[in-house]
Amino acid sequence: MTTALNMPVPHESAPGGAARQAAGLPRLLPAAPEDLGAHLARYGPTPYRGQPDALVADVEASGLTGRGGAAFPVHRKLAAVARAGARQGRKVVVANGAESEPASRKDECLLRVAPNLVLDGLQLVAETVGATEAHLYLHREPGPEILRALAERAARGLDRLAVTITQAPPRFLAGQETAVVNRLGGGPALPAFQPPRISERGLGGAPTLMQNAETLAHLALIARYGPRWFRAAGTATEPGSMLTTIYRPHARPQVAEAEIGTPLCTLLGDGDGDDDGDGDGAGGPGAHAWLVGGYHGTWLPLPDAAGITLDNASLRRFGAAAGAGVLAALPSDRCGLAEVARVAGYLAAESAGQCGPCLNGLPRIAAGLAELAGRGHRRQIRTDLERWSGLVEGRGACHHPDGTVRFVRSALTVFEPEIQRHARGQCSATDRAPFLPLPQGMPTSEEDWT
Amino acid sequence: MAETLRVNPITCAGHGVCAELLPELVTLDEWGYPIVDPGPVPPALDRGARRAVTGCPALALKLMRN
Repeated sequence: MTTALNMPVPHESAPGGAARQAAGLPRLLPAAPEDLGAHLARYGPTPYRGQPDALVADVEASGLTGRGGAAFPVHRKLAAVARAGARQGRKVVVANGAESEPASRKDECLLRVAPNLVLDGLQLVAETVGATEAHLYLHREPGPEILRALAERAARGLDRLAVTITQAPPRFLAGQETAVVNRLGGGPALPAFQPPRISERGLGGAPTLMQNAETLAHLALIARYGPRWFRAAGTATEPGSMLTTIYRPHARPQVAEAEIGTPLCTLLGDGDGDDDGDGDGAGGPGAHAWLVGGYHGTWLPLPDAAGITLDNASLRRFGAAAGAGVLAALPSDRCGLAEVARVAGYLAAESAGQCGPCLNGLPRIAAGLAELAGRGHRRQIRTDLERWSGLVEGRGACHHPDGTVRFVRSALTVFEPEIQRHARGQCSATDRAPFLPLPQGMPTSEEDWT
Repeated sequence: MAETLRVNPITCAGHGVCAELLPELVTLDEWGYPIVDPGPVPPALDRGARRAVTGCPALALKLMRN
């Protein structure tokens, strides 16, 4: 099931009533934005448990993992914060909808079409851990749907905790867990170095549970239909569905909900451009590489990776992970090196500049890639890139250098033939228009972090 | 008990004192930031490691219990 970014398309299998929700997809994305009335008609009221343990056990049995990128088991965070003693009577839950990755649009889409599922999930985890305050952290200004949902819920007295909305600065790292805590505390949205876990000491020193917006929506459905229902989709080790943002040649980007374990070629096409699955190259320009996991993700070569599926067990064989579900098929008429150099330039500019190796290394890596994307690069630039990658990896307070290196190294492997072509003064691209999305305007000042 | 050296990369300003005091376990990268041996500090270097920790002008170097 896919939903175009601006205009959700109807799905064929509208779910039934609350008691007999089908296990099929889509689970999260209705055909059109649903207000509270439609949400209640479909799902009924927020299924508060009256006590915390039942939900932790159900979430554990469901196998739900975080959908913000790290795929951490949700029940472990829930249990940790539930166990932690409140600090000065304070405990915090945060719905992270910041989605600072510029290529990811799935949380924005979810918060527009099904805001009440996310808000149900937030109230449910608040009850589970015994929270005293609830936050919603957003990348953009809150849209009318989420504001309306909050107002309607308040009018009906559905929410036990009021929800405070905070807007993230438009920076790549602003959605990183410690950056969110810093921002909610009134500071800049900068990552911190190895703080104690936020489940022990987060916002204002209080135990804090942070979950991605999509994760909370899944949890709201697990609370209603149970772990067995959740496990009816996905694989045995990675159950459920996930939202993806999909970029394909000659198509508008789409947000699609996919079962975990879905063959990537059904989401991205088989690479030959005609989508008939035969890989015969008939039907116009296809793709020559896939990017999985966004700008901290991994490039996969085609056709070698064509049989891979959307689950970490499968992706791991190529050193990749599903992350927050950004999937891109790079059109054969574009230059992979140009795309990689552009994104690397952005990632370098998005370094928080706090750690020496990242501050120094990322701009050099980006400049090296720009040289490769040009014609006739110096021979030593490959060695330089490898050395700089090694020097930044694992040496930041956050994972920005590590993610950037993963993106760059996989690109150097996958686009090796293109590097050779450029060395000879050639380029395979016939279309120079940028393919992967970047925010308009690069960050310029320190104030951009608040 | 075995201890390891760790740098807080945010507070580290690349003064380079640690590499000066403890070249056996700390080298500097090409931008002047320390690359610290990730293994346990051998007993023979224990005193030197402590000197490097106290000598860091940014207080960015720490000895961590494993």
